[in-house]
Amino acid sequence: MPAKKIDDEKQLKLIANQIRQDIITMLTAAGSGHSGGPLGMADVFTALYFTALKHDPKKPNWPERDVLILSNGHICPVRYAAMANAGYFDRKELLTLRKLGSRLQGHPHRAALPGLETSSGPLGSGLSQACGAALALRMDRKPNRVYCVTSDGEHDEGNTWEAVLFANKMRLTNLTVIIDRNNIQIDGHTEDVLPLEPLREKYESFGWHVIDVDGHDIRHIIDALGQRTEKPTCIIAHTTPGKGVSYMENDPEWHGKPPTPEQAQVALTELQHWRERIQAGED
Amino acid sequence: MAVRLATDVYGTLPQAPTRNGYGEGIVSAGKKNKDIVVLCADLTESTRALAFKQAFPDRFVEIGVAEQNMATVAAGMALMGKIPFITSYAVFSPGRNWEQIRTTICYNDVPVKIAGHHAGISVGPDGATHQALEDVAMMRALPNITVLVPCDAIEARKATLAAAETKGPVYLRFSREKSPVFTTEETPFAIGQAEIFRDGTDVTIVACGPLVHLALVAAKMLEKEGINAQVINNHSIKPIDKKALIKAARNTGAFVTVEEHQVTGGLGSAVAEAIADTWPVPIRRIGVQDRFGESGSSAELFEKYGITAKAVVKAARDVVKVRQLCSVLHAPPVESGGEPGKLLSEITPDQDFRLWGGETIHTVPELKEALKNMDDKTFHYHVNARKNDFSSWIDHCFGDRMLAEALRTHPTKEAMIALIALRLKEVKD
Repeated sequence: MPAKKIDDEKQLKLIANQIRQDIITMLTAAGSGHSGGPLGMADVFTALYFTALKHDPKKPNWPERDVLILSNGHICPVRYAAMANAGYFDRKELLTLRKLGSRLQGHPHRAALPGLETSSGPLGSGLSQACGAALALRMDRKPNRVYCVTSDGEHDEGNTWEAVLFANKMRLTNLTVIIDRNNIQIDGHTEDVLPLEPLREKYESFGWHVIDVDGHDIRHIIDALGQRTEKPTCIIAHTTPGKGVSYMENDPEWHGKPPTPEQAQVALTELQHWRERIQAGED
Repeated sequence: MAVRLATDVYGTLPQAPTRNGYGEGIVSAGKKNKDIVVLCADLTESTRALAFKQAFPDRFVEIGVAEQNMATVAAGMALMGKIPFITSYAVFSPGRNWEQIRTTICYNDVPVKIAGHHAGISVGPDGATHQALEDVAMMRALPNITVLVPCDAIEARKATLAAAETKGPVYLRFSREKSPVFTTEETPFAIGQAEIFRDGTDVTIVACGPLVHLALVAAKMLEKEGINAQVINNHSIKPIDKKALIKAARNTGAFVTVEEHQVTGGLGSAVAEAIADTWPVPIRRIGVQDRFGESGSSAELFEKYGITAKAVVKAARDVVKVRQLCSVLHAPPVESGGEPGKLLSEITPDQDFRLWGGETIHTVPELKEALKNMDDKTFHYHVNARKNDFSSWIDHCFGDRMLAEALRTHPTKEAMIALIALRLKEVKD
């Protein structure tokens, strides 16, 4: 059965909070992996898996599903956690992340886990795969929509811009790209490493419909994901890397490492307090 | 048994570039299967993708000069059930988009077919930047992929059709220049199956692409020297036909490979790997020897880079000689094999060897020198179907059973000289 769309904002916030707690738990168990990006994208993935996407967790290859391509594969813990919470598999399996024989590979592998759509990790190649998927679906006159999550850092890659040109040429109106605009990459801030601004204007001049959203405002994200025009859609989601764990927020240091068990305790306590505020209607 | 080829293989043959076979192949495949789509990176006419564009305009995608995008858009289309053929020059695809092919096509294991055109130095005047010489190496290193190098326009069409029907990723290599069309519609073609194009017992020439015809021409030349060469068309570099190659290695014991590619990583390497763990034999690899190409006509470049029938003939001659030497070195120890040390000892005058002409020989080094100047009549008086006097003399008077056995199994003057020299050196060392 296709997944039910959740409309209640409080419920969505609680899910996003659970996903964040799961990310901390799984990364700590793995002993390696990326923290900042996954935490920052928990709200976007909640909006995708619990409202925007047409999908069936029990039938990952359901022909009528919407397609979600994750381009920046390193943030896969957030996708795994969202999928587990949506019912694709048991949450206990999250603890196998990055371990030998796990379906949850360090970077996502299509053949390992149904529902991933593609293998990714090397940056810059997801958007063009999403273009290909959108084009193939349109050739077959299918209504399925294609979503692609990318990072801002991978806009350094020429392949990304080849895809941006191509989506405009082909008028891929069934395609939405979500850029995780968290302003950090491994070597520092994006504007220091290789400036991307003005990013919105770049996409607009390339023929895209662009929406800026607060990447932690689930209602706003859902609205943006629902927008349809005669152009391909680009959502620039302004996010805080490490969102919800104060010592990780906005710190490039936390891009590519997991918390220690002690640090994880501090993080989980903070996230639990946030959860209580959501439940009390204070957030 | 060799398969049937065109009737006048060594005569005047029709000429066509293998890229033509690609154009015909994608159109036929497209008629059979509506999921087949063709993508091209701004080289539609020269790669013959044009034929498909004209036949199926809705299933043709012009990508522009963006090979990385071409590979990844194709991967995305394949994820949704399409069978894309991505088309460009091999230097750019798979040259520029290798990682995209690795991750999004091979690791994903999706049915994207990569058509690499204008491969090899035969591209000619465009020069080194446009002459792909590493594409086979890059592609065959990847898991899940099939690598095919068709030998003429007819086989190129068959390979394209076979690629369309194969489950996973396939790399197809095509040439720009016209080359002889020497196979027929009936010549068998199957992925993973090498075909014997000429029977032979002394040496095996393994080739791929249009150079298979060059190998046949070389075999014909070798025939005049009394060397009977087998020719194998090894169009399927991966999966490689290990069984056929090992069988050939056992039968002839000497290989020459011929390719329009760096000898490192290409057909020569693949063939060596295929036989090395089961039946290693000496191999000479004809191809580009670790250097870049340059401008020139295709014929001039083949000459300059040593990819000619003459070069194949020389390599075959050399490798046969090496095999003879190797067979001595690697021969199993003969029981009570005598004492090689005695090979340099003096013998009593009654043991001297008296040649047909009356001359006498009383040491092994003298025999070697005598063989060098010996006329055929004298040689065949002593070495013929009934007897081998030199072998017997060495056995009886010097007690070197190993050398005696080697001379008996290699009854040519040239081989005997080489074998004696080798054995003497071994004993002295």
